Amino acid sequence: MILQRTLTRLLTMIATLFGVAVVVFVVIRVAPGDPISMMLPPGASQADIDRLRALYGLDKSLVEQFVIWLTGVVHGDFGTSISLRQNVLGLVLGRLPATLELSIFALLIALAVGLPLAVLGARERGTAVEAGIDVANGVALSIPDFLWGLVLILLFGVLMPVFEISGRVSPQLDLPFTTNFYLFESIVRLRFDLTANLLGHMFMPALALALPLAAIIAQLLKQSLKELLTLDYMVLARVKGFSETQVILREGLKNAALPTLTLVGVQFTFLIGGTVIVERLFSYEGLGNMAIDAVVNRDLPLIQGIVLVFALLFVVINLVVDMAYALLNPRLRHG
Amino acid sequence: MSAPCLEIEGLSATLANGVRVLRSVSLTVEPGEVRALVGESGAGKSMIGKAVLGVLPPSIRVVEGRIALEGTELGKLAPRASRALIGARTALIPQDPLTALNPSRRIGPQMTDRLVKILGWDGTKADQRIRKLLDDVRIREPDRVLRSYPHELSGGMRQRVLIAAAFAAEPRLIVADEPTTALDVTVQKQILRLIVELQREHGTAILFVTHDLGVVAKISQKVTVLYAGKVVEQADTAALFASPQHPYTRALMAATPRYTDPMASLRPVDEAVLAGLSAEIATADRNWKPNARGSGHD
Repeated sequence: MILQRTLTRLLTMIATLFGVAVVVFVVIRVAPGDPISMMLPPGASQADIDRLRALYGLDKSLVEQFVIWLTGVVHGDFGTSISLRQNVLGLVLGRLPATLELSIFALLIALAVGLPLAVLGARERGTAVEAGIDVANGVALSIPDFLWGLVLILLFGVLMPVFEISGRVSPQLDLPFTTNFYLFESIVRLRFDLTANLLGHMFMPALALALPLAAIIAQLLKQSLKELLTLDYMVLARVKGFSETQVILREGLKNAALPTLTLVGVQFTFLIGGTVIVERLFSYEGLGNMAIDAVVNRDLPLIQGIVLVFALLFVVINLVVDMAYALLNPRLRHG
Repeated sequence: MSAPCLEIEGLSATLANGVRVLRSVSLTVEPGEVRALVGESGAGKSMIGKAVLGVLPPSIRVVEGRIALEGTELGKLAPRASRALIGARTALIPQDPLTALNPSRRIGPQMTDRLVKILGWDGTKADQRIRKLLDDVRIREPDRVLRSYPHELSGGMRQRVLIAAAFAAEPRLIVADEPTTALDVTVQKQILRLIVELQREHGTAILFVTHDLGVVAKISQKVTVLYAGKVVEQADTAALFASPQHPYTRALMAATPRYTDPMASLRPVDEAVLAGLSAEIATADRNWKPNARGSGHD
């Protein structure tokens, strides 16, 4: 039973990734713009152009190209970046940790802001406090992440310069890291001076990404909590002598978290999508920033590699959300 | 004589739009006594229970009257203190066992949390206490039940769990809010018997909210008959069944099916009686001014 479900799940994931691979492969080749013309100076001879096309396999048919690429991918070879002349897999894996750290930090900020607001709003339902939270949520939600990025740069980078506005870490620092998970490694190595520096760089882009998500969490969770508050087991908990906050936290939060969780999973993938522009804005050396360069340079293998990694990330997040859902809901656990 | 277990005096409540839903209700429950609160649906029986337990929905406002638990008037206490007093002295047996247990928490902690977190009992003592009560309500596999989630138990089992939990902290007063209405007829009898047994053993006073006169006769010593938020008649149960004084009470009894000839004996409540009552209430409402001093409850 469990084996069968896991197998189905795995096949669905592979099918999803294959679909993404087909779409991205076709779209970037059909779209106007030619990587070869980006690489050669204007006025290059037709012979040179043809030679370069042959070198990158672009002279073959679309299907042939796809089969060659997919065979490579299955064997762990994602090809060579046209603009950077390096192994795509190495490039992508080199940048992925930076983006993962940024996204997870943003998710943590969103939870740290959204959860308490939801509980407070549910407890103070019908009061000015709840109205204030609603307004704040509306504002946070209706301004997109990249615009929040600009606002934050203006506030905390220019007017009141407390945070770094560019890069992932100060370039003059000597980094002892062996992996690219800088933040994680700095904590494990107890180099909190570096942790502080990394967080100083990461804070504003993370906050820009987090604000809309925080608003979604606060609003949705507050609503689910309010619906639960009139249920019999909540009333019973009040009769038992628990305070309103205790009732919400002990009896409500876990049940209200279920509908919120699904949406947070979806929204988190949007957040990762948002890193593409926000990383650019803050010159943060992550995968998203690299994606923009790859698109500008028509670096087909690199675009494919990055998109595939993003797709893999999304699929994994969905899997994690489903598992967390089953964990929170005892009725789904055996079956 | 000590103070009554529960004393309600002149309790009136309104909806947000000012419509009265409770009309100067007064009743007492003496220690160890079962008082049935009977009336049609919408008569305000459950609302009185909720007012006593301090869990009225925000849309309903108590505008006058007082509620006292063992002589302590709840409206005079700070909200926190009143909640603590209610938590320590009372318990609720809810109407629908299917929605009264948290679906994502195991039964065990749901039964012991009041004992441990509110009353400060030691965990082992609370566990022993709960097991004793589960035995009293004829639950034979306490280990399995305590580890279960609510959806793994039947409705009757859940109601037993809730009854056991209600008696666990030795409350002086239990509000039983139609505890058998949501159950199968066959289970209803067993559950009623359990409540009576435990009530006698523990000497707990019960305010028993029901619409079922058959249940009233079986379980209570005193009855309060309610119509449209107004007390119509109060009496000893035996006296009420022997000679009901108010026409509405008589009509209500006539509307209850008898085992001998259910269809022949079944008559709807006489419309003339209802019309008389409604007119009486309308007149009273016109002359009624909410007492400003009594709005301390919430």
